[in-house]
Amino acid sequence: MYKYYSSITLVLVLALAGSSAAFAEQESFWSWLLTFKSRHEVAPVKDEQYREECGACHFAYEPGWLPEASWRKLLDAKALENHFKENAELDEDVRKHLLDVLVNASADKSWYKRSRKVMSSLEDNQAPLRITDVPSMKTKHQEVYDEVVSKSDKVTSLSYCDKCHTEAKNSVFDADTVWIPGFGYNAW
Amino acid sequence: MRAHILLAILLTFSLAAIAQTGMDEAMALYKGTENLDFSAERGKEFWNTPRTDENGKERSCNTCHGKDLTKTGKHIKTGKKIEPMAPSVNKERYTDLKKIEKWFKRNCKWTIGRECTNQEKGDVLSFLSGQ
Repeated sequence: MYKYYSSITLVLVLALAGSSAAFAEQESFWSWLLTFKSRHEVAPVKDEQYREECGACHFAYEPGWLPEASWRKLLDAKALENHFKENAELDEDVRKHLLDVLVNASADKSWYKRSRKVMSSLEDNQAPLRITDVPSMKTKHQEVYDEVVSKSDKVTSLSYCDKCHTEAKNSVFDADTVWIPGFGYNAW
Repeated sequence: MRAHILLAILLTFSLAAIAQTGMDEAMALYKGTENLDFSAERGKEFWNTPRTDENGKERSCNTCHGKDLTKTGKHIKTGKKIEPMAPSVNKERYTDLKKIEKWFKRNCKWTIGRECTNQEKGDVLSFLSGQ
């Protein structure tokens, strides 16, 4: 009987591995469980057009920082005409593509640790427009904001991720990589 | 050896051709059927004229692009670096019609509160192309 169990297990494992390969694009729970790859950070942005279009004006925030509903609000055609008081209008085909990129990798669909933290700190249906309004983000940065950023003329807002997170361009945000201009190293 | 020289010449010309397309396409688009005439002088004036923003503060193209177009500019709000506008130092400028159109649309609305006319766009582009 035992030998059957082992072959059944083998079949199951193979089936799961197969499904994980099939879901490589949009990661399923099983693929996440089976790949054993570290998911400590936030999923990097792979889309070149996203990096170019959004990154032309600001840090190309990873889609995994906000839930789908937030991205839908932000990337609404009308909303982009007044994007935090800037005109960020996009051609319709580009807008749709960028929205797809964001929605497919939004925080609610990601297994990366930082996206999970974002999601668990949000109330149901809460969809902030600013990453700095995500509760987990606010808590994490409150002290550094009060003591350094609010008094600094080098880093004037928490929205400039890559000013202090020196590895932000590689989607790494851990404390070891923080270097605050005009202040130095500090692990907040 | 001769083949190399030939290749180099061909490459130079084809690169020059690529570099020209965005600008030429844009100029043709703005000229339109009316066959408008453009002036770099008018473009310069348009570029430098200060307008008032929603808070009553002065704002012109220079506010973000800087007075010296061969140097890097800085966005007044986001602080983001803006690569030089002068094609003499920035070969990437005006090579893509879509980009030219996108930024004219956004920046005209943001700076002067409306879209620019073809006349204005053509004038500005004539001015910028000589920088």
